[in-house]
Amino acid sequence: MPGGGGAKLSLQMVTNVDERSVNNLSAIPKEEYLYKCTSACAGCSSSLCLRYVLKAAGPDTVLVVPACCTSVIQGIYPGTAMNVPVYNIAFAAAAACASGLSDALSARGKETNVIVYAGDGGTVDIGIQSLSGAFERGTNFLYICYDNEAYGNTGMQRSGSTPLGARTTTTPGGKRTAKKDLDRIVEAHNPPYMATACSAYPLDLYKKVKKALSIEGPKFIHILAPCPPGWRYPTEKTVEMGKLAVKTGTWILYEREFGKLSINGPSKAAMRKPAPLEDYINGQGRFKNLSPEIASEIRQQVERNIQRLSREEAGIC
Amino acid sequence: MLTIGTGNKAVAAAVKAAKPGVVAAYPITPQTEIVEQLAEYVTTGELESRYIPVESEHSAMAACIGASAGGVRTFTATSSHGLLYMHEMVHWAAGARLPIVMANVNRALGPGWNTWAEHTDAFSQRDTGWLQVFVGTVQEAYDATLMAFKIAEDERVLLPVMVNLDGFTLSHIMQSLETVEIGDFLPAYHLPHAIDTENPCVYGPMTGPADYFRFRWDIERSMRDAKGVIADVEREFAERFGRSYGPTEDYRCEDADVIVVAMGTLGKEAEVAVDRLRDEGIKAGSMRLRWFRPFPDLDLSGREVVVIDRDYSFGFGGVVAHSIRSKTGIVPYSVIAGLGGQEVTYNDIADFVRNRHPGEETWFGVSDHV
Repeated sequence: MPGGGGAKLSLQMVTNVDERSVNNLSAIPKEEYLYKCTSACAGCSSSLCLRYVLKAAGPDTVLVVPACCTSVIQGIYPGTAMNVPVYNIAFAAAAACASGLSDALSARGKETNVIVYAGDGGTVDIGIQSLSGAFERGTNFLYICYDNEAYGNTGMQRSGSTPLGARTTTTPGGKRTAKKDLDRIVEAHNPPYMATACSAYPLDLYKKVKKALSIEGPKFIHILAPCPPGWRYPTEKTVEMGKLAVKTGTWILYEREFGKLSINGPSKAAMRKPAPLEDYINGQGRFKNLSPEIASEIRQQVERNIQRLSREEAGIC
Repeated sequence: MLTIGTGNKAVAAAVKAAKPGVVAAYPITPQTEIVEQLAEYVTTGELESRYIPVESEHSAMAACIGASAGGVRTFTATSSHGLLYMHEMVHWAAGARLPIVMANVNRALGPGWNTWAEHTDAFSQRDTGWLQVFVGTVQEAYDATLMAFKIAEDERVLLPVMVNLDGFTLSHIMQSLETVEIGDFLPAYHLPHAIDTENPCVYGPMTGPADYFRFRWDIERSMRDAKGVIADVEREFAERFGRSYGPTEDYRCEDADVIVVAMGTLGKEAEVAVDRLRDEGIKAGSMRLRWFRPFPDLDLSGREVVVIDRDYSFGFGGVVAHSIRSKTGIVPYSVIAGLGGQEVTYNDIADFVRNRHPGEETWFGVSDHV
């Protein structure tokens, strides 16, 4: 894929993450940048992800956070659970704020990581304009969308990222339209690096953050972050729910480096032989009483997505 | 250096002299020349700055917030709908105590589309915690922009400053302009609460009522302190560069029986009207209100006052007239004029004075006014 969109393509900046050094969780640094006793709900997977994101990024990092669950999870003034600077900013403004911050730090000769950590509402809905602008301008930053598929902070209203059929407080009869395909929107900006991840695969996430931060330009990681109160499943099943999303092929783990797609380990097997979709859907109260038509449409969406990415990876377009 | 230039070019020249680390830019008539000129300066290397061509005004202010907190001097410019589109971030910038400087080229608001001068855009931001100054000449646009950085960045203030100039009647007219070598007039940018990964802090998290209330009071305390800082900076500017400014620009007010209060270019037009009235034997004076926030202490005791508002608060009245009334106790003759670029000449202003009715409100040129 031609590198366009203003992204600063500098291949020499891509350093290989030493796979051997992080091939199990015990190899991940012990330093904590998100402390215990956050205000997160029990079983919250997005705070789990943030912990690994920050372990990968290290202390020379600034987090930019728009309105989202992380606005609450980080704690109430003057207390905080964060051990890196966090700049809280208005809902639609994260990527633009990060643009200014990234340029300011660069003007001061610093190589600090600037990471946006935003929910799906702040990314696919109200924040998509500033996200698009920052990627088009080639801002040097990492934008992470942790996606729990609804406005969680305000009590689970539908977002553009809510999947077809899911019940939220504003779609009590189930959402009638499909989940917005954020990744294809971001892909259209030709970023040097983008990836999907899932909270149930922290090592995969850790490596992707490491890799993203080694590359100059706008980087993007989209994390599926199951949410017990929103998706209506028992808190202890939060890891299992993420694994089922991947194993059923509902969520596919992949990377795009300078446009080139590579499907990641767990999803390779899942795409060849997906687990039954019911295993994923039936465990969630939000999909209760799905009509056969909607269930069938969800199945077709999953199959279409698997086919599209399989064909692209195989070079059949 | 003595030259000639438009109001927009004067603002850009002052920004170049102030050397901001980041400029966020989005075009809107009649401001666009400012960001175009700054792009030119950055391209030619006359200004070493990161120029962020944002995709909206909301993002322009968000980028300035990130950059200012990140430890560099920042500037942006806007007008009218652009200012209103960034409204949320205008509040955020002040609440975050960031000394951002923004030029706002005053323009009317739609519908219908109207790109001419009006002050309603700036007044719609009056409760955001920004300092607001209104200028009347090209030279003043330059001088006020330079001073804005110094005032905003003073540790007794640490609030953003909006420099307002009238669309077209100042942004696009040519006058003489003397640029200066600023030397050390502006010290290096220093933000005590700049983001520092060596000292990780959380900015703007969830805040309970007691702390939130204290932060709001702190903004007001700084706004009050800003009056003294403004006076200090304007005094220093006069000593260094020979041009003096104050909270108002008073013209023939000493012995005046009636004083015209106006803002921006109408305030300059009023000076000509005063000369005409004096020729007729009417002891008139002009008081051009420069600073709107913080609102200055005015001495109008014993005078009749005619206020020209190039703005309106629907269901209430002229914003300046009511501000004068609440701050001084004087009941002025309120004239609403110049909305959407309506032409108002010095003869018209002289007529306002000749036909004044204290306590009444008149919409200039509207026959069925109240």
